[in-house]
Amino acid sequence: MPALEFDALSKTYGTLRALDDLSFTVGSGEIFGFVGSNGAGKSTTMRIALGVLAADSGEVRWDGRPLDFEARRHVGYMPEERGLYPKMKVGEQLVYLSRLHGLGTRDATSAMERWTEILGIAERRGDEVQKLSLGNQQRVQLAAALVHDPEILILDEPFSGLDPVAVDVMSRVLRDRADAGAPVIFSSHQLELVERLCDRVGIIKAGSMVTTGAVDDLRSSTAPRWLVDAPGAPPGWTAGLAGVTTVSTDGTRSIVEVADAPDAEQAVLRAALSTGPVREFARHRPSLTELYRHVVSENAAGGAPVPGATASVAVPAA
Amino acid sequence: MSAPARSGAWEGVRLVAGREITQRIRTKSFLWTTVVLLVLVVLATVGASFLMRSETVLQVGVTDETASLSESVTATAESLGASVEVVTVSEADGRSQVTDEELDALVVGSADDFSVVAKSTLDATLSTVFGLLDQQATLAGEILALGGDPAAVSSAVASAAPDVESLDPPPEVDGSQIIAGFVVGILLFISLQICGQLVAQGVVEEKTSRVVELLLVTLRPWQLMTGKVLGIGAVGLGQVAVIAGAGVVTASALGLTDSIKLDLGATALWTTAWFVVGFTMYALLFAATAALVSRQEEVAAVTTPILLLMMFPYIVGVSVAPWAPDNPLVVWLSYIPFTSPLIMPIRVALDAVPDWHVVAALAGNLVVIPVLVWLSGRIYSNAVLRTGSRIKVADAFRGA
Repeated sequence: MPALEFDALSKTYGTLRALDDLSFTVGSGEIFGFVGSNGAGKSTTMRIALGVLAADSGEVRWDGRPLDFEARRHVGYMPEERGLYPKMKVGEQLVYLSRLHGLGTRDATSAMERWTEILGIAERRGDEVQKLSLGNQQRVQLAAALVHDPEILILDEPFSGLDPVAVDVMSRVLRDRADAGAPVIFSSHQLELVERLCDRVGIIKAGSMVTTGAVDDLRSSTAPRWLVDAPGAPPGWTAGLAGVTTVSTDGTRSIVEVADAPDAEQAVLRAALSTGPVREFARHRPSLTELYRHVVSENAAGGAPVPGATASVAVPAA
Repeated sequence: MSAPARSGAWEGVRLVAGREITQRIRTKSFLWTTVVLLVLVVLATVGASFLMRSETVLQVGVTDETASLSESVTATAESLGASVEVVTVSEADGRSQVTDEELDALVVGSADDFSVVAKSTLDATLSTVFGLLDQQATLAGEILALGGDPAAVSSAVASAAPDVESLDPPPEVDGSQIIAGFVVGILLFISLQICGQLVAQGVVEEKTSRVVELLLVTLRPWQLMTGKVLGIGAVGLGQVAVIAGAGVVTASALGLTDSIKLDLGATALWTTAWFVVGFTMYALLFAATAALVSRQEEVAAVTTPILLLMMFPYIVGVSVAPWAPDNPLVVWLSYIPFTSPLIMPIRVALDAVPDWHVVAALAGNLVVIPVLVWLSGRIYSNAVLRTGSRIKVADAFRGA
């Protein structure tokens, strides 16, 4: 299975270290969500992969070979800064861009027709791009990334500015491309979406990959957490329990973390019952948002990385 | 479906150039400038033709009695550099036509003893013509009376011209050449300036819209720059060719080409050749400097030095050159790269320069082009992906 490897990328702007020995791998047929705060280095990584920026060191490989100028023709790219000719017609523009990627006129035209159809902008083919709404321009931008039938997709925030219907269309398209064998890497701040769509996630912070892995793996990487809804429990009711910490409290509901041992949660349940009725007691799986906050805050506090997470995780066998 | 292999780097250049051509010729501004320049050139040609006619063709009337003189009148006038049209009329009609200024002169009397009717005073050229005719007739009569052969004498006299060797012959420039010089100078300046600005705006448009980042995934910067320059150049060349062609066609249709000194074909051809050379040089400069900025508003500021570089030879070209094609400033500027594309064609129109000088100047300009390609390619490549504030030329050159 070919894979897209980002190997030890480093990039410095003056005194700012934008990428610091960044490595990760995206397998064929895998959707990889690239998450991180603004300025963490997501766009820099993608731009290096597309050759519009040169890395100080490190390299990006596809199928074991460097992703060079020739190979990049097979990449579908959506830059962070959206870019299309404002005064060129949608259809002509897409045909032109796919021809630049090496398609013949006929193939390019039929690909343009197919993708404008799929993305719901078929009626706008004859309009200048600048006459379209921002959402529709975004769809054209995605069509531009897809119209040459790329083997690899690298999309910088493809979902920003899309309405829910377009998000669904876009999600489906990404899944289709991955099912067809393309590695798909995209960045996003919409973590629920990333959680829903991605096979694996990478969280980047200050130019380094803090953690990568399947969302489920990342979730279970923290110590077991339980949700307890005990209306009669006074504040600090878990204080006497060994190895138990309260992570958060929301009204009568608390989330507690217990030691990773069999039946460690039973002591919590007993303590809760002793304060009165217990309405809910369930295993709590942290969302990607919580994980992300956890990662970002822990590192900001200078703490250790997420327990159980590695700097680089091998591609899970598909 | 996998993409077929693309045939080399020039395919990319061709695609970029093709896009420029199809997009440019559809714009309203392009159509309008073409139409305006066309009208300008046709009007100038028509104007020139009026000027030519009123200048040279004199109308002379002869009666049946003096009709035998018409050949001598035409021949003598021609030897003086004037063209005369002779018509045969009755004396009464002729006199009224002279009064109405339809005829410049009417020859009455007999072939041996004629007199000339003019409205107020006789045209200076015609006065000389008839003076010569009269002298010849008198001379022939005297020679005959002395028993000589008037024909032999007149041919001997005709060949008795002094042999003059001119060391520095003054350039002879006629009205048509001056007009052509103006038109060529203005046309080249406007076209080069418009096309250069189009290149600059095109470069910045790609930076402003950020589409350049998408393009540079599949294109090298030099391919993008070359394609843009070639595409816009082809459009400009087409425009110049159409306009120059319209001038030539109008001139031929008006029968202007027979009576003027101007070599229309050579002028049109050289103008086109100089456009190609001048455009290449200036377009490369425009492309490189425009890549330094990210907003259309800043284009004017960075391209002003180039415009001044074009303005100087243009002003000299249309203000000094037509009256003094051998002025030292004009001559020097016509050989220096960058200024010569705007001046040399004017001198060509004025026929003030031998062909091999033009070829030499052209070669001098061509030598500069590879250096320009390298220099502007480097600046463009280093600057085109850097958005934000204006980049210093030196930084772009070093690639810092």
